[in-house]
Amino acid sequence: MTAMNMVQALNSAMDVMLARDPAVIVLGEDVGYFGGVFRVTEGLQRKYGAHRVIDTPIAEGGIVGAAIGMGVNGLRPVAEIQFADYIYPAYDQIVSELARLRYRSAAEFTAPLTIRTPCGGGIRGGQTHSQSPEGVFAHVSGLKVVMPSNPYDAKGLLIAAIEDDDPVIFFEPKRIYNGPFDGDPEKPAESWAGHPMGEVPEGYYSVPIGQAAIARPGEAVTVITYGTMVHVCIAAAADLGLDAEVVDVRSMVPLDLDTLAASVEKTGRCLVVHEATRFGGYGAELIASIQERCFWCLEAPIRRVAGWDTPYPHAFEWEYFPGRARVRRALQALMQEAP
Amino acid sequence: MKSRLHVPSVPARPGEEPDFSYVRLSPAGAVPRPPVDVAVRDTVHLAEGLVRVLDGSHQAVGPWDPRLAPDVLRTGLREMLLTRIFDDRMQRTQRQGRISFYVRSWGEEAVSVAAAHALRPGDMLFPSYRNQGLHISRGIPLVDLMCQLLSNTRDMCKGRQLPVMYQSVPKRLFTISGNLATQYPQAVGWAMAAAIKGEDDIAAAWIGEGSTAAADFHHALLFAKVYRAPVVLNVVNNQWAISTFQGYAGGEQRSFAASGPGVGIAGLRVDGNDFLAVHAATTWAAERARAGHGATLIEHVTYRAGAHSTSDDPSRYRPKDEFPAWPLGDPVERLKQHLIGLGEWSDPRHAALSEELEATVADAWKQAMTYGTLTDGPRLDPALMFEDVFKEMPPHLEAQRAELAAERAAGAAGGPT
Repeated sequence: MTAMNMVQALNSAMDVMLARDPAVIVLGEDVGYFGGVFRVTEGLQRKYGAHRVIDTPIAEGGIVGAAIGMGVNGLRPVAEIQFADYIYPAYDQIVSELARLRYRSAAEFTAPLTIRTPCGGGIRGGQTHSQSPEGVFAHVSGLKVVMPSNPYDAKGLLIAAIEDDDPVIFFEPKRIYNGPFDGDPEKPAESWAGHPMGEVPEGYYSVPIGQAAIARPGEAVTVITYGTMVHVCIAAAADLGLDAEVVDVRSMVPLDLDTLAASVEKTGRCLVVHEATRFGGYGAELIASIQERCFWCLEAPIRRVAGWDTPYPHAFEWEYFPGRARVRRALQALMQEAP
Repeated sequence: MKSRLHVPSVPARPGEEPDFSYVRLSPAGAVPRPPVDVAVRDTVHLAEGLVRVLDGSHQAVGPWDPRLAPDVLRTGLREMLLTRIFDDRMQRTQRQGRISFYVRSWGEEAVSVAAAHALRPGDMLFPSYRNQGLHISRGIPLVDLMCQLLSNTRDMCKGRQLPVMYQSVPKRLFTISGNLATQYPQAVGWAMAAAIKGEDDIAAAWIGEGSTAAADFHHALLFAKVYRAPVVLNVVNNQWAISTFQGYAGGEQRSFAASGPGVGIAGLRVDGNDFLAVHAATTWAAERARAGHGATLIEHVTYRAGAHSTSDDPSRYRPKDEFPAWPLGDPVERLKQHLIGLGEWSDPRHAALSEELEATVADAWKQAMTYGTLTDGPRLDPALMFEDVFKEMPPHLEAQRAELAAERAAGAAGGPT
């Protein structure tokens, strides 16, 4: 085990897979010589060559379109979209082609593609470097959608994604690349060193896609969340001295509803939290599914905390971000509801 | 001065005389054939000229003559004629309500059939929905094509695709998308992978001139240029995108092939109704790609003789009698006359071949119908709709499959469905 931050863990996942499988290649803007704007692919081109770690033109639709063809021709491409905010030029190739290739061809043509992309706010990125579009992709049949909340899961899930024969959209919450974030922007940045999930094996291992994790066990209330918000929710519950069970979804598609429902059946109360906008968001799916399964166990209506339904505003980042105070207020209100 | 919006002109609309004076022609044999490693900038004149082999008296002339053996020419003629007869028959079955939708390639048969003969069996083809000549030339049984059209129990796509969206893994024909131009960057990526792996198979893709407007076209050209991908990119300029004239795709006063050298890959503008010219151009581009000199954009100048699909009536947007006025003629007739001129074919043999192929198509149709149609006969199990969304079915789809089964069981028991 080695202490790694999420950037190093993701880099290690690609390093391991490039070494294990000659079909694996990495492509994207600035990923080669420079090693990526967040340094996630640093050193890989030096180690594996410019034919396997490929710098591309600034054309996301071209990156994904070409990667699909490479996948059909036996490669296992890992494409980086530099920011999730830039993924939309590739949307047609992802939704109309990649997601449905297996289906439309009765499984005769497939493209085992992983699309990595940094998402989320809290880095003063404004409305073009802060979005969380996981719900947009979770809604599309045929895509697996994943978001880790720590270095250990990041490496294990990325290896699982690369090995998966189905396309995986792999969201990386960039606010926690270098350390967990409890929602307080005034506090000095924390490091992953010393965090139990910052201890990462150097070699090969995988974390299965389609399984949620209990990030913090508890009895009083279930908080269902993922990505950066896992850490914000744990901190908010601690502020209140509340014995909350924080469930990290990890895999939006396929969804591990059994783990989520078991927790809600145990606690009887549920808060859903995500950074993405609220209206029609992924949280709505979580709430509907849990309500269908757990209605008679609920002691209070399910609540949710999410980003406001506005673009991500540069000057009002911390008023926008669904931070610790907003999560605390929602938890207090939820706990005050009579059973 | 105020600016004024330029609106591309359309040469003739319904009720007007056909006018093809805008089509720039070169005499057969006039365009030189450079070596396959020619510099991109030296293909500019090839992209603006018109590579033609068959002259007005159906003789093969000039440096692009591929000098094909009469047997190859007769096979090409047979496959073009089969494509046309198959198209006509399938069009009629759509009118009879047996299939939901059809797209003919009438008038464009040489574009597909000649290219199929110029490429190797290992080369991967990314067709559009009007390239059925590729499937026929590569030997996909007509019954298989028909079963796809019928979405029946032997449909290669298991009922998931519109008619004409064929595919074949063993024959290296990529699954066709109804979304235009998406296969273009995919073909380039496929070719890049072949180069990464050090293999000598190349890729070829086809789109219509209307689809060159799509971003995917430009991405494909750029990636093909940047990585010198071994790919042949074909633009089938059949003048019409449903009702929209090619001027609206940027064809006014420039060729589509010129986009090739514009971006940095070779360009060729070819008489798409000349079997020999298409064969020669494709052979040149394939050799260039295989030798590592990069991609070629080939514009095939042709004419969409029929409707876009069974869902539109071209007499509402263009003159009814345009095809006989089309300056590049009919590809089947031209190859037929060429063979007759060589003393290798005759009108009676042609008539006999037509009759034989009509019977072949009719027999195949009878056989295909035994596997069911969209409305009658044996049917695919609707539970199949839940398969192949993912390699392994996740719990939510298993639950939905069970829900549909319960719904259908209730229906079979006479309950509400």
